[in-house]
Amino acid sequence: MRSLIDIQELSVQEIDELIATANDIIARPEAYREKCRYKKLATLFFEPSTRTRLSFEAAMYELGGQVLGFSEAQSSSAAKGESVSDTVRVVSGYADIIAMRHPKEGAPLVASRAATVPVINAGDGGHLHPTQTLTDLLTISREKGRLNNLTIGVCGDLKFGRTVHSLIAAMARYENVRFALISPEELKLPSYIKKEILQEKHIEYVQTTDLAAVMPTLDILYMTRVQRERFFNEEDYLRLKDSYILTPEKLQNARSDLSILHPLPRVNEISTAIDDDPRACYFKQALYGKYIRMALILKLLEVA
Amino acid sequence: MNIDSIRNGIVLDHIKPGKAMEIYRFLGLDALDCSVAIIQKAPSKKQGRKDIIKIDSEMSLDLNILGFIDPEITVNVIKDGELVEKKHLHLPKQIKDVLKCKNPRCITSVEQELPHIFVLTDPKKAVYRCMYCETKAE
Repeated sequence: MRSLIDIQELSVQEIDELIATANDIIARPEAYREKCRYKKLATLFFEPSTRTRLSFEAAMYELGGQVLGFSEAQSSSAAKGESVSDTVRVVSGYADIIAMRHPKEGAPLVASRAATVPVINAGDGGHLHPTQTLTDLLTISREKGRLNNLTIGVCGDLKFGRTVHSLIAAMARYENVRFALISPEELKLPSYIKKEILQEKHIEYVQTTDLAAVMPTLDILYMTRVQRERFFNEEDYLRLKDSYILTPEKLQNARSDLSILHPLPRVNEISTAIDDDPRACYFKQALYGKYIRMALILKLLEVA
Repeated sequence: MNIDSIRNGIVLDHIKPGKAMEIYRFLGLDALDCSVAIIQKAPSKKQGRKDIIKIDSEMSLDLNILGFIDPEITVNVIKDGELVEKKHLHLPKQIKDVLKCKNPRCITSVEQELPHIFVLTDPKKAVYRCMYCETKAE
C-alpha cells in the first residue's frame, strides 16, 4: 500500500509512466470507464479548494468509481477536535483511497502513517501539492513533447508559492533545464531552494525582477498568484499583489511557441485578453489535472 | 588524565571545551546516585582542549541524542577498571522529541500528541528538518 505525499517520492520513471497513462486515458477514455468500479475515493478537505476537490471527484467518477467526503473542516469531526490520525483510521474503513487537503503542513503525512488505504496529499498549507506538480509536468510534456531541454520562467510569488517550489524540484531532475526566477524582491525564491536544488545540481538560473528582459528566452512561463492566505500582514499583501500582471503587450517579445501555465485560480495576474491566445495553456492545464489524477488513482489502487 | 579511577562506568571524552555542563544537564546526570566527575578544558592532543565527564555507574545512554548534541564525543565503557569498548558517535538520521518544531503552520502545532521528529537532510552541514513540514531546526 503506497501513498503520495511528496512528488519527490516518485522516480522519474514513475512520473513518465503516469504521464503515459494520462495520455492513454486522453486518447482512449472509454477503456478506463470501468477501471475503478466498486471503488470509493474519500475527499477529506479540511480547507476549501473547489478546483482540486472537483478534479479528484471527476477523476474518480470517470474511472467508474464513487466519491464520499467533506469540503471544509466545519462539516467534519475535526470541528469536534478529532485528530487527523483518528479521522483517517475511521475513513480507511469506508473508502479505498483518500485525497486529503489540510491547512496544516504535514497533516497528509500524519494521515498516511495512520491510514490503511493510500493517501494522496491534495495540498497541505503552503507546503506540498504533488498532484498540481504532476498536472504541470503532464501539461509541459503535452505542450512541448519533452520535459528536458527547456527554459522555464516562474513568475510572481516565488517565496510562498509551493507550486513553484515543487515544480522546480521536479523539473531539476530532467536534463538541460534552465530557470528564470522572476519576482519582486520581497517574494524571491527562498535561498535554501536555490542552494539545495539549483546550485547543488549545477542548474543554470537567472534571478530578476524584469519579466520583459527574460521573456524572449522562455519556452514556458509559469505564472502564479500572490496569495492572500499566505501573508500574516494585509498591508504586505496589498502592496505586492499586483507586482506582475501578464498583458498582451508584455507578450510582444515572447516566442511564438511559448506555453503560459498557471495553477489557477487567477485573480488578475493574467489579463483575460490573453485567454484566446494559442500560447495560453492554463485551462487545458486544469483539464489535464483530472487525467493525471486518474492515472495516479489507478497506480495507487494498483488497478491494471 | 587517566580513567582508572572508575571501576564500572562510562567516560564521555572529547567533549567540546565548555560544553560538559550542558551535556550533564541534558543527560540528567544530577539525578544519578553515583560519582560524576566533570573535567573542563583538559589538554587534548586531538583538539587542544576538551571537556570530559566520568560517570561511575553502568547506565544506558541514548547515543542518538548524544551524537546529535556533539558527534565528536567518544564514549568509553569501563568494566572492572578496564576500557572494554570505545564508541564513536555520528549524527543520527532522525531524532524524536528532542527538538520542537516552531513553525506555526506545522501539524504538530495543533496536534499535541504527535511526536516531534526531525530528519537529517544535510549531513555535511548537520541540517535537520521537521519530518512533517520540513522547517529547518534552529
